[in-house]
Amino acid sequence: MITKVRNHPSQNEALLFERSSPGKKAYQLPALDVPPVDAAEALGAANVRAGIEGFPEVSEVEAIRHFTRLSTWNYAIDHGMYPLGSCTMKYNPRINELVARIDGLAWSHPYQPEALAQGSMEVMARVEAALAEITGMDAVTLQPAAGAHGELTGILLIRALLEKRGNPRKKILIPDSAHGTNPATAAIAGYMVQNIKSSDTGVLDVSALDQIVDRDVAALMVTNPNTLGVFEHNIIQAAEILHKKGAMLYMDGANMNALVGIARPGDFGVDVMHLNLHKTFSTPHGGGGPGAGPVAVKKAFEPFLPAPRLKRSARKWTWDYKRKHSIGRVKAFYGNFGVLVRALAYILAHGGEGLRNATVDAVLNAVYIRKQLEPYFDLPYSSPNMHEVVFSDHRQAALGVHTGDIAKRLIDYGFHPYTVSFPLIVHGALMIEPTETEGKLELDEFVGAMISIAKEAETEPQLVKNAPYGTRTSRVDEVAAARKPVLRWKP
Amino acid sequence: MLEVCGVASPEELFSHLPEAVRLARPLNLPPGISEYEIVDYFRARADENLAGFTSFLGAGVYRHFRPVLVDTVVSRGEFLTSYTPYQAEIAQGTLTTIFEFQTMICQLTGMDVANASMYDGSTAVPEAAMMAARVTGKGRALIARSAHPEYREVLRTYARYQGMPVEEFGYLSETGTIDLEDLERKMDSLTGAVIIQSPNFFGIVDQVKAAAEIAHRRGALLVVVFTEAVSLGILEPPAEADIVAGELQSFAISPSYGGPYAGIIATKEKFIRQMPGRLVGQTVDSRGNRAFCLTLATREQHIRREKATSNICTNQALIALMAAVFMTVYGKQGLRELAEQNLAKAHYLAAKFPPRFQGKFFNEFVARVEGRTPEELNRALLKHKIIGGLPLGRFYPELADSMLLCATEMSRRTDMDALVAQSATLPAAKEVLA
Ligand SMILES: Cc1ncc(COP(=O)(O)O)c(C=O)c1O
Repeated sequence: MITKVRNHPSQNEALLFERSSPGKKAYQLPALDVPPVDAAEALGAANVRAGIEGFPEVSEVEAIRHFTRLSTWNYAIDHGMYPLGSCTMKYNPRINELVARIDGLAWSHPYQPEALAQGSMEVMARVEAALAEITGMDAVTLQPAAGAHGELTGILLIRALLEKRGNPRKKILIPDSAHGTNPATAAIAGYMVQNIKSSDTGVLDVSALDQIVDRDVAALMVTNPNTLGVFEHNIIQAAEILHKKGAMLYMDGANMNALVGIARPGDFGVDVMHLNLHKTFSTPHGGGGPGAGPVAVKKAFEPFLPAPRLKRSARKWTWDYKRKHSIGRVKAFYGNFGVLVRALAYILAHGGEGLRNATVDAVLNAVYIRKQLEPYFDLPYSSPNMHEVVFSDHRQAALGVHTGDIAKRLIDYGFHPYTVSFPLIVHGALMIEPTETEGKLELDEFVGAMISIAKEAETEPQLVKNAPYGTRTSRVDEVAAARKPVLRWKP
Repeated sequence: MLEVCGVASPEELFSHLPEAVRLARPLNLPPGISEYEIVDYFRARADENLAGFTSFLGAGVYRHFRPVLVDTVVSRGEFLTSYTPYQAEIAQGTLTTIFEFQTMICQLTGMDVANASMYDGSTAVPEAAMMAARVTGKGRALIARSAHPEYREVLRTYARYQGMPVEEFGYLSETGTIDLEDLERKMDSLTGAVIIQSPNFFGIVDQVKAAAEIAHRRGALLVVVFTEAVSLGILEPPAEADIVAGELQSFAISPSYGGPYAGIIATKEKFIRQMPGRLVGQTVDSRGNRAFCLTLATREQHIRREKATSNICTNQALIALMAAVFMTVYGKQGLRELAEQNLAKAHYLAAKFPPRFQGKFFNEFVARVEGRTPEELNRALLKHKIIGGLPLGRFYPELADSMLLCATEMSRRTDMDALVAQSATLPAAKEVLA
C-alpha cells in the first residue's frame, strides 16, 4: 500500500519563451550616473548586435511563478529519502548556505591582494588540513571542481611522478565494477585502460593482480569501498603488489562516507585519491553540481600538485606560484571556494567524533536495508556491505519486471529511485545508499515500499512495468529524444 | 535496528575490516560546534578579508548586481537538494530549466546547441580544443596570447599528456587585438583548433571574422572564448565560430574567491555528437505530453567509458540555473541596458585613465601607470579603501607598467572619481591624468 504520498494538483507552466511578450520586464537598474555612450561609436557599428532574438521578456511575478512552478516538478532530499547508490544524497544543512553567502567571503575576488584575502585563504588551509587528517594523506589540493576532475588531476600527478622517475608507463588498471569516469579519465590523461575482473566475492583478485601488474602499469584505480559497497579487504596486499613493481594505487574516494573516522586510505597504501565534497561532506548537488573534488596525496607527489599552493610565511598566507614540478593548473583560480566553505561548515558542525558517528549511522542504515530486503530481492554478492547495498532484479526479471521498472514504481510510493543498472558487474542492479540522514521511520517506509513492489511484481507485473502513475509526467520516451534530438526551443 | 542487523553494537558492523586498515584513534579534529559558533567563525574569516573596499578588478571575474530572485529560486530545496536528473519523471523541474538554459545560451551566442554546463570557462577551453581535435582529426591547437592567461595554463595542463601541441600567437601592441599575421604564420595542416577570446583579456572586442577565415581556410575550427557574458547583451554574437566556450560568472554568480562558476560549450548542429557534457532534449511521456530528459548519453562516460567525449559527470547545474534566472530577470531589454551601462561606466573611467590599446573595448581596458609601478599605485590606493586594477606584469612582462581596469554597473561615478583623485593626489601619478 502507498502510505507516504497522495496526489495533489501541480501547476502547468509553459516555457519562458512561450509566455514572453514584448516590453515585459523583471529587472531594475539604477539611473546611469555617467554620460551614456553611443554603442556604435564605442564598439564599432559592425560589432553591435540587434536585439537577442527570442530572449525572454516576462514580469517579475511571472518569473518567480515560472521557476517556483517548475521546482514543484522535482523530487529532492528535502522531500524525503533519496537512496541513489554511489551518490551519497545526504541532508544539505542550511547553515552551509548561509555562511557561503556572507559578503566578505561571497564577494572576495580571486585577484584581490593577498593581504585582503587572508580569511578566504585561512578557510582553504583549514579544509586542506581537515581532509589530510580524514584521509591520512600528506597534502591536499582543492583546485579540482568535481570527482572526475579530481581523478584527472590525480592521474596526472601519478604520470608526472613516474615521468620524473624516467617512465610514465602506458596503462591504468580499472576493475570492472568501476564508475565510468575512471576509464574516461585514464584516457584523457593519455593512458590505455585495462579492465580487470572482480573476484567471485566482488573484490579485487590479488593473485590475478599480481600476474597483471608489469612495468607498463602506471596505476590501479580502485574505489574503496567499491561500488558494491564492499570493502576491498585485500587493499594492503594490492598496494604492496603495485609498489613492488613501481606502480601506484589511486583511490576513487566517492564512497568515503563509509570510512570517515573508521579507516584512512593513507594508512592502507593509497598514494593518491580524490574526495567528492558534494557527496561525503554534504554540499548540495543542486540538480547536478557544483561539486568539489579535492585530491589528497602522499608526500612524494606534493611537488607536482597544481599551482598555486597555499603557503604560510611570516604569519600570513600567500600563494606560491613558483612550483617548477607542478603539473600546472587544472582550473582557473583556486577551486570551487564556495563549495569548500560549505564543506568546512559541515566538518566544524560535526567535529571528529560527529563525523565518525555519521559513518557508523550510514553503514547501519545500509545493513538494515539489506537485512530487511534480502528475503525479497536477489543479493548477488554476500560479502559484508558498508554504506550501500546492491541487489539484482534476477527474481523479478523472471516475471518480466526489471530494475528500471521497480525504480519507476518506487516513485509512486513517494521515493526517489535507487541507482539503476550500476555497477555493470551486477546484471539488473538495484544500488541502494540510504546515508546517515534517514531515521528508522523513513527507512521502514522505504523497506515497506520495496517489499510491496516485490509482491506487485508477482501478482501484477504490468502494474510495475507501466509505472509511474502518480507523477505529473508519466514514463518518458528517452529513445525518441535521442533519435531526433530537440535541444533548444524554437518558435 | 541492531537486532535486525544481527549485531550487538554498531561497532560490530566494522568487524570485517582487517585490523591493519582500522584507525585506532579518534580523528584529530576539534569537537563539533553549534550553528551560532559556525556563523561566528565564518564572519570572523570574512572580516579578515577586509570587505568594504571599492574594486576595479575584472580579469575574468566581474562584479555585477545579483537580482534578488536568483537566490530566491536557487534556495528552493527542490532545486538545491536534487541530484542529476536521471529519473526524468520526477526531475522535470531541473530538466525544463536546463532546456531553457540551453536555449538562452544559443540565442546569446548565435550557436545551434549548448550543453548543460562545464566546470567553468577555463576547463571549457581544453574541452573545446579536444572536441575540435576529434572533429578535424588534427591535434594541434593555437591559442591567442590575449586569451585569459589562466585559461591558457589549464589548456596546457590538459594538452601536455595527450600529445596535443599547443602554441600561442600574439597580439598587436597598438590595438590589443590578435596579430592575424602571426596567426597565419603559425597555422599549419596539423592545426585543428584556433582559439581566441572576445572581448579578450584586455577587454577588447577581437577579430572573430578574420580569425574564422584563417582557421577555416586551413581546415581548423575556430573556438571563441568569452569571460564577460554581459558583453553579449550588446556585442554581435560570435556566429562565425565553430565552438563557443564561455564563462557565465557575470550572470549573478558571486566572485566567491574564484568559484563555483559555470562554463558552457555551444556549437553548430553538425558537431553535436562530439560535444562534451550533458544535454537535455525534448520528448514526450507515455500520455503524449511534452517532457524533457537527458539525451545523447552515448557520448558520455557512464555509457562510453574510455571512449567518451569527456570524463565530466557532475557539472555546475545549480550555477547554470542561477544564470538562467539572471537571463530571465534581465531578459531581452534588460541585458541590453545592463551592457550599455557597463559600456558607459568603463568609457567614463577610460576618459580619465587613457587606454593603452586603441582597440574597441567593452567594460575593461588596459591603462599605463606612469611614474611608478602599478603595484605601487595599488598600495597607495588601498589606504583609501580602493582596490585598483590588476597589474599585468605577472602575466605579460611587456605590460609590467600597466594595469587592467574594470568598471561595471556597480561602479559608482563617485567611486571612479575617487580612484582618479587618489591616483592624482600622489605627485608621481600626475601624468596619469594628463
Ligand atoms: C564511484 C564514483 N566515481 C566517480 C564519480 C564522479 O564524480 P563527479 O560526478 O563528482 O565527477 C562518481 C559520481 O557519480 C562515483 O559515484
